[in-house]
Amino acid sequence: MPLELRSVTKRVGAHAHIHDTSVRLAEEGFNILLGTTLSGKTTLMQLMAGLEQPTSGTVWFAGRNVTRIAVQRRNVAMVYQQFINYPNFTVFENIASPLRVARVPAPEIDKRVRRMADLLRLGPLLQRRPAELSGGQQQRTALARALVRDADLVLLDEPLANLDFKLREELRDELPKLFAGRRCTVVFATSEPMEALLLGGHTAALHQGRITQFGPTAEVYRRPVDLLTAQVFSNPPINTAPVTKQAGSIVLSDTVRWPAQGHQQQIPDGPYTIGIRPHHVSPVAGGHTAARIDGNVLVAEISGSESTIHFSHGPLTWVSQSHGVHPSQVGDIARFHLDVGQCLFFDADGRRVA
Amino acid sequence: MDAKTENQRGWLYVLPVVVLVACNAVIPLMAVVNYSVQETFGNNVFFFEGVKWFQQVLHSERFHAALLRQLAFTGIILVIEVPLGVAIALAMPRRGPWVSVCLVLMALPLLIPWNVVGAMWNIFALPDIGMLGRLLNGLGLNYNYTQQPFSAWATLIAMDVWHWTSLVVLLAYAGLSSIPDAYYQAAKIDGASSWAVFRYIQLPKMKRVLTIAVLLRFMDSFNIYTEPFVLTGGGPGNSTTLLSIDLVKIALGQFDLGPAAAMSIIYFLIILALSWIFYTVMTRGEGQS
Repeated sequence: MPLELRSVTKRVGAHAHIHDTSVRLAEEGFNILLGTTLSGKTTLMQLMAGLEQPTSGTVWFAGRNVTRIAVQRRNVAMVYQQFINYPNFTVFENIASPLRVARVPAPEIDKRVRRMADLLRLGPLLQRRPAELSGGQQQRTALARALVRDADLVLLDEPLANLDFKLREELRDELPKLFAGRRCTVVFATSEPMEALLLGGHTAALHQGRITQFGPTAEVYRRPVDLLTAQVFSNPPINTAPVTKQAGSIVLSDTVRWPAQGHQQQIPDGPYTIGIRPHHVSPVAGGHTAARIDGNVLVAEISGSESTIHFSHGPLTWVSQSHGVHPSQVGDIARFHLDVGQCLFFDADGRRVA
Repeated sequence: MDAKTENQRGWLYVLPVVVLVACNAVIPLMAVVNYSVQETFGNNVFFFEGVKWFQQVLHSERFHAALLRQLAFTGIILVIEVPLGVAIALAMPRRGPWVSVCLVLMALPLLIPWNVVGAMWNIFALPDIGMLGRLLNGLGLNYNYTQQPFSAWATLIAMDVWHWTSLVVLLAYAGLSSIPDAYYQAAKIDGASSWAVFRYIQLPKMKRVLTIAVLLRFMDSFNIYTEPFVLTGGGPGNSTTLLSIDLVKIALGQFDLGPAAAMSIIYFLIILALSWIFYTVMTRGEGQS
């Protein structure tokens, strides 16, 4: 039962929230909407759910045009960043509420609620009220409410964003298991590239109300179609620098140049923008073809197993992220190694060419 | 090395509060307790009387009547103002340029000094020259708040509703504004009716501010003095003589300091007890957070 948006736009006053968007979601696995705050993730979800009407274009579900069908008749469920539960209902009543509205017989409700509560480890908490639960338990309750009705479309709008780090990891690991074997389309919005990679499935990269690329998550990450997608899908931000290709060499600055690698050999001479992810810039030489780059250390952070070093080279600021502890002092001149085979090349329009 | 130094000057910081509370509450209260157990015939000579005044007040029909009027008045205005305030808050726009217009309009009655409110309604409701009085009589109603107890009560209640409903509106509106949009969306997805949204989302989310609104309105209306004093002076007859008006009549009109002091203390204890009951009932069964 795929969900499809056909040339959907959303304008509020003079402001375009969603530009002309067409996308056909995957039926299997998560559909991840990845973008920063205000990139249009929530608006896109509301359009998918039917909470908002598109300014133009149509929404299709299972081959049916559902654009004008009210949200409560579409069998969708949604979980939000805030923990949304009925405040004076018990956990049991909260999970049961969509079934009660749908007039499911009481014994059936009891059975389904208990099954769902066991699945989400809420069994012992059924008689509590939301105010007596931890954030993680409140969000589990909201998830149970969304799942108990066997919705055709489940929309998860940054459901992990308000949780503590530990709980977030826990619930993120459980999510794919919860949806495994369910016949529903799942959409998951997040602003964290790492979350998209961990959840897998398909990813739509969003930038200012536009889907820049939609495809299998690993594919979008490895082969972004343009610079915007690469920037959306990289944390810490991807390093970018203007380069020139001439006579089989890539020239970044007076001191940094390397012979064109792989696909880089096929692109014509001229100016390009390269993008290179922070973990391909390392303070230690690896086995791969590397270009050496010297820089002034601006910030050096060590987080247990990883070192993050910000440095400047000429007018540009770079970020290096590497395994292990690589102590360096602010103000040091340090040498880094660019894994040039991993460089993404973008033309003047921002499209990836190599 | 770094021995802890005792510094008594720290007390100076709390001195202003101590002085303020002492002058504002503790000393007057002690004076009242003092008066309530003594009798005086002038010349600043006092005799200890024990609980005589308390017994006298508690057994006086005059006190019972005033207390009954007070309870009726407070009950009526709570029953009108709280639902009306919530209804107005629900009807107000949630965003856009009209929000501030509505809020300012709502706040206006609260900015007017209490005696001015009384004076306004006094003139507004006069049957011969007041707009309201002329209108009602023009409609064929027999309305004269200076002569008929029913008219006096109706005017008194209308005045209080006009003056104080805004407070409930503002508190309820603040409560409503704090509900994230996601709640309404979730309810919409569930297919919940607007009654269900009110009953299961808005009302529980407003519970805390409504508790405060009810308590404030209860205490203020139970203490009300200025407006009825200016509007009716407790008349016609004794029909609008609420507790505080009666108290002032006894204390300043008759200069019966002992009974007035005893009545003050009983009055205070009634408010305290009723406030506690309201609070306990309204916050019953609430979660920790």
